[in-house]
Amino acid sequence: MEASPKKVSFSKLVSVDPRSPKKGNITINMTDGVLIPKKDTHVFNSWRTTFLGAIVLLACLLIFKPDPYLQILKVCASGIPVTFECTIFAIIGAIFIGLFCGLGSVSKHRILNRISGVYVELIRGIPLLVQLIFIYYALGKILHVEGLLASIISMAICFGAYMGEIVRSGIQAIPKGQMEAAIALGMSRSQAFVNVILPQAVKIILPSIGNEFISMLKDSSLVSTIALSDILRRGREYIARTFLSLETMLVVALIYLIITLMLSRLVGLMEERLNSNG
Amino acid sequence: MAKSKIRIENVCKTYEGKNEVHAVKNASLTVNEGEVVVIIGPSGSGKSTLLRSVNKLEFITSGKIFIDDEEVSSPDCDIRKVRENVGMVFQSFNLFPHLSVLQNVSIAPVKVKHIDRKQAEAKSMELLKRVGLADKANSYPNQLSGGQQQRVAIARALAMDPEIMLFDEPTSALDPEMIKEVLDVMLNLARSGMTMLIVTHEMGFARAAADKVIFMDSGEIIEQGTPSEVFDHPQSPRTQEFLNHIL
Ligand SMILES: Nc1ncnc2c1ncn2[C@@H]1O[C@H](COP(=O)(O)OP(=O)(O)OP(=O)(O)O)[C@@H](O)[C@H]1O
Ligand SMILES: [Mg+2]
Repeated sequence: MEASPKKVSFSKLVSVDPRSPKKGNITINMTDGVLIPKKDTHVFNSWRTTFLGAIVLLACLLIFKPDPYLQILKVCASGIPVTFECTIFAIIGAIFIGLFCGLGSVSKHRILNRISGVYVELIRGIPLLVQLIFIYYALGKILHVEGLLASIISMAICFGAYMGEIVRSGIQAIPKGQMEAAIALGMSRSQAFVNVILPQAVKIILPSIGNEFISMLKDSSLVSTIALSDILRRGREYIARTFLSLETMLVVALIYLIITLMLSRLVGLMEERLNSNG
Repeated sequence: MAKSKIRIENVCKTYEGKNEVHAVKNASLTVNEGEVVVIIGPSGSGKSTLLRSVNKLEFITSGKIFIDDEEVSSPDCDIRKVRENVGMVFQSFNLFPHLSVLQNVSIAPVKVKHIDRKQAEAKSMELLKRVGLADKANSYPNQLSGGQQQRVAIARALAMDPEIMLFDEPTSALDPEMIKEVLDVMLNLARSGMTMLIVTHEMGFARAAADKVIFMDSGEIIEQGTPSEVFDHPQSPRTQEFLNHIL
């Protein structure tokens, strides 16, 4: 890698002025995750407007028409823990896969490099829903893994590829001089990765991982079509019993919206803190 | 005769690619123990490439490089052992921004030489004192000026107890008022007997500190000699032209 021309041009792109040491001001956005709210001094910025709107609408429904809505909310909200459980374990899996995949794609090792490349291409080329259902059934048929575990594994495999891309761009955003300085001191490449490159890359990619989490939380609803008793599944079961389709889906949408808005706020705060302490 | 510390013999380096670049052509030079050798020359003349081949940040195409009579250019030489013994200072400092100044200096002894952390930090404090930055031990690189960062980078390289120091344009990224503080540190280092190979455009420093000056142009070593030989009585018209241009 020392003399790779590709890295040279990249480092030129990233570190413009050698005198200004890079701060954590690079953000990599790879996903369709909720936009992280930018600092907006106005009291009614778009995040607040949406969030308040959602809360007020939900409250109004519950207060003025408690008849179906309270019941719907109870039923659907009981899916929240499942949604979170699935998403949290899936993202842990995806981070592990993504770490290997990202390291593989910057590795000089031909085979590792190819494996992670093919994996990423494969995953990116197939619609998420198709992959999820395929992996889910494959897990059931071959390994006899089903239910929550199978959903978690399918999600981890699908999102691992995107996570891998995030890790890769995080690593490549570190100026080439960092690796050079580390190995010039006598470190091995792996020591340099662990002690110098990864700690800096993590700081850069943390907001993207937060974003990815939000997008996974939304997409976990896809798994409900086959396995999970999550928010969406509970809602659809309720519809099957009561035929209150529009009312139920409205509540489902509001629940997802409120959760993702809160999380995106959290990610935004996290990013702000990372940037402020250099 | 003095003992040779670095011996570069007929080194060529070609960068492969769409249009091949012959960055270094048949270069030979020797740096003796305790000597300070300065390489000068126009941009793109291959100075960095030659310097970086000494600690194998670049792999040479042909020729041989010896450090202490060990051929480091041979494929079965342990590069890491060589690099432990050869400190390097870069134009862009390349300090580790996520580590404090003290950690920057002590990380290599701890990770590479497995020296006890306390002991390594005590020694790093000594080195920081030597470069005049003991009070900045707990600061982070982005809280320092360029000159201070480069002095930390020198301390970081010294922490591995190298016998040789390489400098690649250590002051080129600095504002004029900071250049002197870095050159002073280098001058002290030179006086302490360190073997140094330096690429620089600071002709005043070269005159004051160098035992030997080497002029490179388009990949070739055009001439070498004592500072007064090269600066005051340059033999080659290309050297004269370069010196007229820069002085
Ligand atoms: N990684 C690389 N790939 C391809 N060509 C390169 C690479 N690095 C340097 N070169 C080329 O090799 C030649 C010598 O470059 P080098 O950096 O050694 O010059 P230099 O004398 O240090 O110049 P400067 O004073 O600008 O630092 C130049 O033509 C340069 O474009
Ligand atoms: Mg150079």
